[in-house]
Amino acid sequence: MIPMLIFMFCAALAVAGAITLIWSREPIHSALALVLVMMSLAALYLLIGAPFISAVQVIVYAGAIMVLFVFVIMLLNFGLEERTKFSKLAIPGIILAFILMAEIGWRLAHSAGGRTAPLVEASTRDLSEMLFRQYLFPFEATSILILIAVLGALVLARKES
Amino acid sequence: MTGVIPISWYLVLSAVLFGLGVVAFVFKRNVITVFMSIELMLNAVNLAFVAFARAHNRLDGLVFVFFVIVVAAAEAAVGLAIVIMLAQNRQSLNVERVNLLKL
Amino acid sequence: MELIYQHPVLVAAIIKIAVLLFIVMTALAYLTWLERKAIAHIQSRWGPYNVGAHGLLQPLADGIKFLFKEDVTPPVASKFVYTLAPFLALSLGLTSIALIPFGPTTGKNGVYLFGQPAWAVTDLNIGLLMLFAVGSLGVYGVALAGWSSNSKYPLLGGLRSSAQMVSYEVSLTMSVVGVVLVAGTLSFSELIEKQSGPFWHWNIFSLRWGGVPQIIGFICYLTAAVAETNRVPFDLPEAETELVAGFHTEYSSFKFAMFFMAEYANMITVSCLATILFLGGWLSPFPDSWHWQWFLPGAGLLALAAYCAWNTVAEMRGIARLQLGVVTLLAGGGGLFCLIPVVAEHIQGPFWFTTKILAILFFYIWMRATLPRFRYDQLMSFGWKFLLPLSIANLVITALAVVLWPLVRHG
Repeated sequence: MIPMLIFMFCAALAVAGAITLIWSREPIHSALALVLVMMSLAALYLLIGAPFISAVQVIVYAGAIMVLFVFVIMLLNFGLEERTKFSKLAIPGIILAFILMAEIGWRLAHSAGGRTAPLVEASTRDLSEMLFRQYLFPFEATSILILIAVLGALVLARKES
Repeated sequence: MTGVIPISWYLVLSAVLFGLGVVAFVFKRNVITVFMSIELMLNAVNLAFVAFARAHNRLDGLVFVFFVIVVAAAEAAVGLAIVIMLAQNRQSLNVERVNLLKL
Repeated sequence: MELIYQHPVLVAAIIKIAVLLFIVMTALAYLTWLERKAIAHIQSRWGPYNVGAHGLLQPLADGIKFLFKEDVTPPVASKFVYTLAPFLALSLGLTSIALIPFGPTTGKNGVYLFGQPAWAVTDLNIGLLMLFAVGSLGVYGVALAGWSSNSKYPLLGGLRSSAQMVSYEVSLTMSVVGVVLVAGTLSFSELIEKQSGPFWHWNIFSLRWGGVPQIIGFICYLTAAVAETNRVPFDLPEAETELVAGFHTEYSSFKFAMFFMAEYANMITVSCLATILFLGGWLSPFPDSWHWQWFLPGAGLLALAAYCAWNTVAEMRGIARLQLGVVTLLAGGGGLFCLIPVVAEHIQGPFWFTTKILAILFFYIWMRATLPRFRYDQLMSFGWKFLLPLSIANLVITALAVVLWPLVRHG
């Protein structure tokens, strides 16, 4: 009963964060709402038994990527988002979006086949063995990718001197 | 504590978050907010990966999630650098102002 | 009562959290007292002396002052973010203390509450990683506070402070990976178990079979931790002469008190982490067979009670005499309680943990009293060009040693 309550609470927080992302006019509020979504997803990863991914999500996603977003929003302080008149095309758009959500949700839910997560949580040792044995090449490739990204960001953001 | 909640619940939540990400992507006008909706969609997909990995008791899904997070970090860095240059050149963060190539 | 039988984990956790919260808030308050007294004595003066006997009620007076001061809210960029930032800072600072074991959690030495280990609120398998996760969120409090204050000095201070925290966070994590490599686990209790034995088995010396000395790691960790918590000599972002008060300039009364408490809570957290990783956590430096060490806490408290008693009779007058008399009685009672053999045997863990934390905190305070502060560009180049390569070098050497250890044959 308690795990279900925790799931409901975290899921409600995640959906509330996503709706705040859409609804709010200030970009900083949207960024903080996204941080809330990421933290509730981290709690859900802990609940499902993947503690390492939960910690990585908080350290990398919520603690580094979103800090970058918050910095950029703070520095490019262009103010509130503009709202134009509500166009009539939006209503079928929203209905189609709901249909998309419902269709994806229905198909996904039925493909899980009523399983639940195994009782033992995913061990970090096994995950790291897999990362460094079978997935060694992608690991090294992503490290080079990060290097390229750092160089690219440096070059792009430098002032023309 | 694990083993009580059906995996389909996590998958439905993932679908809902993905749909909300699509809505945000289509309806928002600030470049940074559009970028954040992409991150929201990536998070929803991560949740689906983790849910499936735990459903079949394999670790491949978790390794994939790890790589998605890392690549999202690289993409965020470069994307935000582009956004900064855009803001400096067009003096606005509205996506509709980025229309120099329009006929 | 059935609640306890059905959900022992939950009830035990709630009790532990309540007790720990109370103890940590008191410790935060008296850490400020300790800092003011220690800095004062290093600078040849008395420090707080009048408010209670020996200034012991000064934290209470400060707390009352913070509560009653006027809460000025300047025309801020966003009221929500302005109010959120100090709450975020304080709650993150206090959350990380929940992950730390203060004493043995398994085995016959452990103390158990409804079947759950009593000395740790939680004992995660990836405790170390979770602690870093909570620490990496600390940047938000500072950055949001600086930006939402809508003013030049806080913005500059907030940006500088968050850039500093992000930079030194990398070196902090790198200097810890050496310890994790040698121990092969991320869980705090197992990290401490691997250091059991005489004090030269602690990770800082690590003179045991399969151990690699982590003295460089310890020095890198301590330096990065001082920078991470914005303490002297790395406290330019909140220096009075440079930036008024940095990111918390525009905060008053209780919100400022929350930032203040968050800084000390972060200090306590990094000290706890340093003792667990490098100084053997709750292990005692003496061998376990020397049973006389069980009576050290009791003896120490009784010595404190004797000093307070002498001071009460000989030097204090008036109300200070009454206050110090109360302190004497409390210390004496605590000392006698710790001398009961059952209690003395089991309080070893928290006693040694607290002693080591106090040693590191005293080191922090000592640095504040003696060292001048770095300039900001010196600070950043030190972090990226010296400390990070040093911690990576430590990691590489430790990894090499760990791989080469199995090749050494037993005699």
